[in-house]
Amino acid sequence: MTMFARVLIANGLLTAFAVVGLIMWLSGLMSRFMTFGRVHGSAIAIIAALVLAFLGGKVTGGTRGIADIPLFSGIAMMGGAMLRDFAIVATAFEVDVDRAKTAGLIGAIALLLGTILPFIVGVLTAAAYGYTDAVSLTTIGAGAITYIVGPVTGAALGASSPVIAISIATGVLKAVLVMIGTPLVAKLIGLDSPRGAMVFGGLMGTVSGVSAGLAATDRRLVPYGALTATFHTGLGCLLAPSILYLCVRAIVGD
Amino acid sequence: MTLMISGVAILAICTLLGALLGDLLGMAIGVKANVGGVGIAMILLISARLWLLRRRLLTDAVTLDVKFWAALYVPVVVAMAAQQNVVAAFVGGPIVLIAAIGGLTLCFGAVALINRLSGSTETMDEIEAREGQLLGASSDSKGKRA
Repeated sequence: MTMFARVLIANGLLTAFAVVGLIMWLSGLMSRFMTFGRVHGSAIAIIAALVLAFLGGKVTGGTRGIADIPLFSGIAMMGGAMLRDFAIVATAFEVDVDRAKTAGLIGAIALLLGTILPFIVGVLTAAAYGYTDAVSLTTIGAGAITYIVGPVTGAALGASSPVIAISIATGVLKAVLVMIGTPLVAKLIGLDSPRGAMVFGGLMGTVSGVSAGLAATDRRLVPYGALTATFHTGLGCLLAPSILYLCVRAIVGD
Repeated sequence: MTLMISGVAILAICTLLGALLGDLLGMAIGVKANVGGVGIAMILLISARLWLLRRRLLTDAVTLDVKFWAALYVPVVVAMAAQQNVVAAFVGGPIVLIAAIGGLTLCFGAVALINRLSGSTETMDEIEAREGQLLGASSDSKGKRA
């Protein structure tokens, strides 16, 4: 048993791949059999990971979630800044510029609103709960855009880990709510056309939320929603740590 | 193809250049860290793909390389979530709930508003009915994921 543990610790990154894969596989099963596909497997996996991070933090008293347990130290490498940025940049490869252009002005407006509106809500909520520094306010506001924009912004600005965790939790909750809520409000918000789906994708962001939400509403709308949603995280990553941060800093000071 | 180009290398170069330019941008506007490096890297990668496409250098191997890393995006995010300081986040409890629900409600409202204001457009059902008349039954099912 100790030999087994030694092998796992010596090959930390591979252990992390296996552990995360196991989490995702179980989450996929839960998605299929407990929510009947309504909640995307990736959303369940992220929630499960946050629960594990909570347990890891409780057990070790450390600040790096489950990565503070030696057996799972490879998680720190796998989910660290280097591989995270690498994987996110790779998703841009799927963006088809010509098809994106057909979304036109209305898609751009939706994207911009989809970045700014949740950001403002996030910043105001954080301010209402006593955060006063521009870095924390911006990071939590960015988390309300998507759960990627939050930590990317937080890391760029040097936010504290608890603030980044709040930021991620906000984005994850938003993604989950988009998945569950979209079929319920689809009729109400006019989600029956490709253009409607592009507007929706631009405003909601989170590709997993949008694709799962649209799949539960009308499968044919998925590529249109995903098309604008793919720009969302990139735009957020570009705007939140730069222009939006400067705006917040101009208002509240350092 | 005589010229072999590795997708992982292109991806790495774009990511590194993005990080570098993000740092420079941060320095230029007086922010102490990387500003928009990931976004810049994404734009570089999109440009690189178009450049390769035009020169017919975009081989399946290149595409496969990059798509492999794009597919790793969700597992990496899961690993990232697993190492966050969630215990500390619980101190901020209701912030998460209010920020997420508030932002979402506002965005749903904005979708409804834009769709109403921008006039009528062909619905999916109408498109399918029209295409069905022209071609028999067919639908565009190119599922794009990221």
